Amino acid sequence: MAQLTTLQKLEILSDAAKYDASCASSGTAERNSVGGKGVGSTTGSGICHSYAPDGRCISLLKILLTNFCSYDCVFCINRSSSNVRRARFSVEEVVALTLNFYKRNYIEGLFLSSGIIRSPDYTMGELVRVAESLRLEHDFRGYIHLKLIPSASQDLIDRAALFADRVSINVELPSETSLKRFAPEKQALDIRSAMGGLKLRIDEAAAERERSKRAPAFSPAGQSTQMIVGADDASDATILQRSAQLYGAYGLRRVYYSAFSPIPDSSKQLPLSEPPLMREHRLYQADWLTRFYGFEVDEIMDAAPGGMLDLSVDPKLAWALRHRGRFPVDVNRAERELLLRIPGLGTRSVERILAMRRFRRLRLEDVGRLVRSLRVLRQFIVTADWRPGATLDGERLKAQLAPKPQQLVLL
Amino acid sequence: MFVARLSHPADFEGWRGFARRFAQALVAPSAIDWRVGDHDTGLFGEDVVEGGEGRGLSVPRAFITLAQQVICHSDPARFDLLYRLLWRLQEERELLQIASDHDVHRAEALARSVRRDMHKMTAFVRFREVDDGEGGEAFVAWFDPEHHILEKVAPFFVERFTTMRWTILTPRGTLLWDVRELKLGEAATRAQAPTSDAMEEWWRTYYASIFNPARLKPKAMKAEMPVKYWRNLPEAELISPLIADATRRTQEMIMSAPTSPQKRRPAASTPDPAAPDLSAIESWEEAASAARSCRRCDLWCDATQTVFGEGSRSAPVVFVGEQPGDQEDLAGTPFVGPAGKVFDRAMAEAGLDRTQAYVTNAVKHFKFQLRGKRRIHEKPNAGEVKACRFWLDLELGFVKPQLVVALGATALKALTGHAGSLASARGRELALPDGTPLLATVHPSYLLRLPDEQAKESETKRFITDLKHVGSLAPGLRLPRAA
Repeated sequence: MAQLTTLQKLEILSDAAKYDASCASSGTAERNSVGGKGVGSTTGSGICHSYAPDGRCISLLKILLTNFCSYDCVFCINRSSSNVRRARFSVEEVVALTLNFYKRNYIEGLFLSSGIIRSPDYTMGELVRVAESLRLEHDFRGYIHLKLIPSASQDLIDRAALFADRVSINVELPSETSLKRFAPEKQALDIRSAMGGLKLRIDEAAAERERSKRAPAFSPAGQSTQMIVGADDASDATILQRSAQLYGAYGLRRVYYSAFSPIPDSSKQLPLSEPPLMREHRLYQADWLTRFYGFEVDEIMDAAPGGMLDLSVDPKLAWALRHRGRFPVDVNRAERELLLRIPGLGTRSVERILAMRRFRRLRLEDVGRLVRSLRVLRQFIVTADWRPGATLDGERLKAQLAPKPQQLVLL
Repeated sequence: MFVARLSHPADFEGWRGFARRFAQALVAPSAIDWRVGDHDTGLFGEDVVEGGEGRGLSVPRAFITLAQQVICHSDPARFDLLYRLLWRLQEERELLQIASDHDVHRAEALARSVRRDMHKMTAFVRFREVDDGEGGEAFVAWFDPEHHILEKVAPFFVERFTTMRWTILTPRGTLLWDVRELKLGEAATRAQAPTSDAMEEWWRTYYASIFNPARLKPKAMKAEMPVKYWRNLPEAELISPLIADATRRTQEMIMSAPTSPQKRRPAASTPDPAAPDLSAIESWEEAASAARSCRRCDLWCDATQTVFGEGSRSAPVVFVGEQPGDQEDLAGTPFVGPAGKVFDRAMAEAGLDRTQAYVTNAVKHFKFQLRGKRRIHEKPNAGEVKACRFWLDLELGFVKPQLVVALGATALKALTGHAGSLASARGRELALPDGTPLLATVHPSYLLRLPDEQAKESETKRFITDLKHVGSLAPGLRLPRAA
């Protein structure tokens, strides 16, 4: 094979990394380069430096160290049996690329993952070397997200978390059965116990940091994971229950859902079709409802046929339509928990309503200034001067409120 | 008409000075003409306000923050709006809470727009490397902000690129950082900025490769990266061709038949964990390893991992608890959570060496109820205890202790089938079917749950007494100094 140039490697190894949905650079400890030898800072919420035509944010340089891989996960473009072009960066190449991009303000930092070469420990060791070089040799203070190799040794994982702002391990698929079928070399058990160990250490380090600012960092932006949606036959209910377990057990900052997307050289075992983008979107909405709106997964999924979310309306509206008896809700009286259940009201609007109504009775016009649209919302609320008519009980309410069907597939 | 003349478009301190004097002199909002710079003097050039009888002027802190943002907006009416808010705030103390109020709503919209402009500037500035004449690195960028945000956004660039020499040129002024000091320079034109950078080819390669053509969503992209910024972004020239080609590429991926692998790579060897041969277990190590993939009951589904026993393989005493808790489940080790800490302290108080003991649980997976984000301990049922007895028997068989201690009712039931209360068995010298002596006491988590401090103290003492009894039956467990 002819020697690849670094530019060709960049092409191959960023192409190989694009199926990982996460690109967040948020939630870490704030730092800057004042008094340092290198560049870099972090801000609370992170910055998206560009957007690709797939609508996804580009915040980090998201690449693989190598796409050579000894594992044969059927959904993965880099599986050992794929005919994809292979490449491997040197540690120095990744470091130089990160710094060059960073200094031009293209990125917030690096998101580095890798195919498994030689052994989990060897691979993890190489990833750590990149982070170590950036942090120690170059005093780089930007964001680093490292993908962990689940069966790597504790010592390497600890070192990774010392240099990284966030670490993550992908659960890949919602059930152990699917994982076994599609990712035969990956052990669900290893993934879970690695997440468990991380949770303990992240909590421990955060508690230490409370006591002393000098305590060493340990993945200050926590851990996250990703599940592929649509590669196996898991229902939305299964996926969301799994997420609830993951949030509950391991305190994950995020569970990313990634609609299974056709890859250039795909396996016969998988559906060759458009990625289920709307399904992915609904899962994110449902995930949000459980994290910020006080919904339990069971409530979101009750009466959902086949354990699948309704694709035509968002899950909050779907819940409200199933529980019309609880509406309309009086925005001048209802408690926060109930306000959060009103379709069309976000967490910010709810806080503003609560602040405002201490001083005045809200009219429909007041509410209208706090939200993007009253179209759906007005059917579910009572204000000082407004009460929805009989439509709320009408059978056609869903048809009336659902967004007009859109052609979501490619033209 | 009063004229208030500010020195520059985002002159908050100037505005504040005027506003304070006007408001104290009770000058109504409609009577002030706010201007920036020292151009034409209007017809009514009287910007001198005498003190008047004055009034105490105060505003909520949130107003200052809001005003500092609003003042950066390019809307000429911003000074007037802020003064009107200040004026109204003197009577309507809670005005800022009324988010739907016309003035508040407008001010918040302006502030939001300013924050967004600042954020987009931090995102979309693209530095280009230039020769600094001394062989060092220096960078120059061109940017066209919508509002007067330059000074407000400058600290971001200083703190991020402290060790770099850089210049940001804008039509509203120039930021210059020489590694030590920030200077504000004259307005600039695009023509003064460099036109290329060698890394841009690399950045475009990255941009094109990270895009997934099967997920085309150009509207979502444009919402976050409005077209007005594209002129400044080296990657933007790729957007149209990438979109134009996406459909073809996706269809190609879907239509192309799966290919057969180039060559057979040896699959990484992994033992199948689901079916270890349980009849062939010949050592503690084999038992511990086989237990990792135990499916004898359903508790493995939601738990993280099997928490097998731990400690000396030749321990004189085996302590058996109920089941691992949250921390034990995460760590994979028994008795490391809050109850484990109580146990450790009590052992030390009783003069016993925990490292010489073997600790385990009747049930090896954590059983819990998920409530929101918390996992609440749930008692294992008889079937689960029975299923797990298999492992407990193996552990006892390999360790062969002189004494077994049941911590709590579940352990007692698992070991002896004793269905009565723990109290009736506590303190008595019992035995397992094979004759191994058995003592029963409370589970340390019981001590944690006692709400009454006094009861907690006396029960802890009783627990320690029980442990001392253990020490007298198994002297090998005593700490050297206590021996």
